[in-house]
Amino acid sequence: MGSLFRSEEMALCQLFLQSEAAYACVSELGELGLVQFRDLNPDVNAFQRKFVNEVRRCDEMERKLRYLEKEIKKDGIPMLDTGESPEAPQPREMIDLEATFEKLENELREVNQNAEALKRNFLELTELKHILRKTQVFFDESVPAVYKSSTSHSSNKYRRYLQMADNQNEDEQAQLLGEEGVRASQPGQNLKLGFVAGVISREKLPAFERMLWRACRGNVFLRQAMIESPLEDPTNGDQVYKSVFIIFFQGDQLKTRVKKICEGFRATLYPCPEAPADRREMAMGVMTRIEDLNTVLGQTQDHRHRVLVAAAKNLKNWFVKVRKIKAIYHTLNLFNLDVTQKCLIAECWVPLLDIETIQLALRRGTERSGSSVPPILNRMQTFENPPTYNRTNKFTKAFQALIDAYGVASYREMNPAPYTIITFPFLFAVMFGDIGHGAIMALFGLWMIRKEKGLAAQKTDNEIWNIFFGGRYIIFLMGVFSMYTGLIYNDIFSKSLNIFGSHWHVSYNKSTVWNNKMLQLSPATSDYEGTPYPFGMDPIWQVATSNKIVFQNAYKMKISIIFGVLHMIFGVVMSWHNHTYFRNRLSLIYEFIPQLVFLLLLFFYMVLLMFIKWNRYAATNKMPYTESCAPSILITFIDMVLFNTPKTPAQGCEVYMFWGQHFIQVVFVLIALGCIPVMLLGKPIKIMQARKLANVQPITGADAEVGGMSNGGGGGGHGGAGHHDEEEMSEIFIHQGIHTIEYVLGSVSHTASYLRLWALSLAHAQLAEVLWTMVLSIGLNKEGWYGGVFVTVVFAFWAILTVGILVLMEGLSAFLHTLRLHWVEFQSKFYLGQGYAFQPFSFDSIIENGGSASGDAE
Amino acid sequence: MGAAILPILFFTSLWAAVGIAGPIFTPRGPNQKLIKCLLVLTATCCWLFWLCCYLAQMNPFIGPKLTRSAIYIISKSWNNPLKEG
Repeated sequence: MGSLFRSEEMALCQLFLQSEAAYACVSELGELGLVQFRDLNPDVNAFQRKFVNEVRRCDEMERKLRYLEKEIKKDGIPMLDTGESPEAPQPREMIDLEATFEKLENELREVNQNAEALKRNFLELTELKHILRKTQVFFDESVPAVYKSSTSHSSNKYRRYLQMADNQNEDEQAQLLGEEGVRASQPGQNLKLGFVAGVISREKLPAFERMLWRACRGNVFLRQAMIESPLEDPTNGDQVYKSVFIIFFQGDQLKTRVKKICEGFRATLYPCPEAPADRREMAMGVMTRIEDLNTVLGQTQDHRHRVLVAAAKNLKNWFVKVRKIKAIYHTLNLFNLDVTQKCLIAECWVPLLDIETIQLALRRGTERSGSSVPPILNRMQTFENPPTYNRTNKFTKAFQALIDAYGVASYREMNPAPYTIITFPFLFAVMFGDIGHGAIMALFGLWMIRKEKGLAAQKTDNEIWNIFFGGRYIIFLMGVFSMYTGLIYNDIFSKSLNIFGSHWHVSYNKSTVWNNKMLQLSPATSDYEGTPYPFGMDPIWQVATSNKIVFQNAYKMKISIIFGVLHMIFGVVMSWHNHTYFRNRLSLIYEFIPQLVFLLLLFFYMVLLMFIKWNRYAATNKMPYTESCAPSILITFIDMVLFNTPKTPAQGCEVYMFWGQHFIQVVFVLIALGCIPVMLLGKPIKIMQARKLANVQPITGADAEVGGMSNGGGGGGHGGAGHHDEEEMSEIFIHQGIHTIEYVLGSVSHTASYLRLWALSLAHAQLAEVLWTMVLSIGLNKEGWYGGVFVTVVFAFWAILTVGILVLMEGLSAFLHTLRLHWVEFQSKFYLGQGYAFQPFSFDSIIENGGSASGDAE
Repeated sequence: MGAAILPILFFTSLWAAVGIAGPIFTPRGPNQKLIKCLLVLTATCCWLFWLCCYLAQMNPFIGPKLTRSAIYIISKSWNNPLKEG
């Protein structure tokens, strides 16, 4: 098995497949997911490829499946998803699948059309029913209006009147017209009122009325009533509110005008009989027809439901099968047909360690297809740059993704991912250090890890959740390390734990305490026990709110630089591994050694000074090693580099920490400065000399040094693998110059950049303290039962702020800064990152991506 | 002023157990090298972090500045009674 420390060795292979066996073999390789095919027909149009018809058929099948899916989703039927992946079916099975889908689609379309027609019918009948009801109301209303004018209230008269109204429809119109109208119609003119009744959607009603009024010059009479229940639109199933209207007019001209306006406003007109008896008959007929229609509609819907339920059982399965078939044909399109037209040739990148597995898979495929000719896997020599393949499992995948996000590693260079698994959470924890917040984070990560199977099965589109879930191992590790650094910083929700007993004691007497608002303990007296708190920061510092920061700043700044310099040295040492692997002797001697020496002599020396200062100076020592004489390391360093004479120290103190420091410092700085021209000119001059030698003796015995010209960013091929492009000498000098300046200036700026470890941990601690003093402590102040209620509310507020600001926001911020430290400060020391990722032809990844349109391997 | 030998011995041996003995006893498997690397890195980082905190407090230059109420609470709860006078 390959390891994560370097990317896998890849080989370019040629694959000869018999045409009959090709489909089955590619199917097996797809299940395996270890082979990246190259496109052997790059200049061929997509429509001219060999298997374009099959791909088209697959597209058609997918379209039908999508239609089915849409219908199933519309009805809300759950689709069974077992999560298992069926194998790609044989080519002959494809025809069966096509037939099944065709049948299903046709059936469904037919059912839908029928349902639509029925619904339309139903709508018309319903509207007619409403019209009949409402128009009755219109005509009824006119009766009491006239009746009111008469004075007697006899019920007999009323009943007689109704009878009259029933039997004589002419009288109705007479009633509507009113007295004047009747008189006006006497001269024998045919002034019979015509009417039309119909239904219009409520929104259009006001405009309809206005249009009628304007067009007919106010000579029509409109009555309308709302239909309370909404009606279903047959085409799209929307619920629409409509109103019934009835328009009375005189004469044929108005009639045509009214009809035209109704058409324009898409009002549906219905033939409404004039006589009330006819209307009642019609109403009853309509009701029976509605009942019948309802039953038929119900049966149609049942049938549709049954069809869909049957389809839903297999839908996911079919989707997977169709996508696999399409992927196989896309891949087959990449192959070349050889001269004899008998076999297909493919070129692919395979990991060297997996060649056995791949050959087994190919053999399986040939057996399944019943072909006799075994496939041939031939390894080819090539100068091309192979893809970078890192074999990851579910744990290492996330960390590898972090590294790849910056740049995929060059082929076979050192992979920073395995170290990132620990250094990333650790540096995060240095910035985040709080037991409580770390515990929250660790528990969240742990929950996601415990439930990972279940959570992974629910495929959501929520990007943020997917990001959190993908990084569950990172979150868990960050939380655990944060708990450790929190223990060392002795900070749990801004309070300290006193496990071992503080090593600082108050030795003032009561009157001194009574008379002074603030008192400082002294390390020179018995206030300090003499030995430090065994694990982490002494708990008294959290109590000393006024000068806690002064003490902790000095501590945190020093550890930031210590860890920063060590991280960078680690990075430079990684470049040694790269140079030795690629047999790049020139880089090893003229780049790695001066770089390491520079870093060690300047910055690691500064780290050593820190340790010496911690050790030598103490409040209980005698001069010159008492604490007031402790020199500032920063000033010492600056004076060292600039060759300044240090400022005269206070009385009794000395400038230097140890004997010989001045001499050592001068020597170190001179050597470090001497490294710079070596870095700048060493390699280019050597290359120049080698070229001159090669020119004088035209023996193209590939000199390892010439061959190993991977300067300033050229990708690393195998060492000594022939000649690269001959770069201009000036280019080489420029590249080297840029590289050197980047490194030298970078070493200063990157060292200072690690101070963000201090800055963020300070910010985090202060935010936690603010939440305590301003929120939670106020809640805990109140007594009594209402204090209990109050603290519950305050606690809720505090908890929301803690999770939202301190865990989420600060966590995100520290994550980002740690990522930057890794990507820039660490990786710039050795990482080239100019490779391209290995993208194998794998059914799993294709199906996960939802079967994108071009499911091909590249 | 200085370091007490017991904590140093204890914590150094603890992280040595993780970082030196741990890799010796990792089970064989495809990830053995990786696990060894992780153990060594964890032990180094954690031990160094503890050591820096210990060394920084070994010879402090200043002492904590406490308010009156803080001194009072300390005298009660940390078993550090104030002297009479």
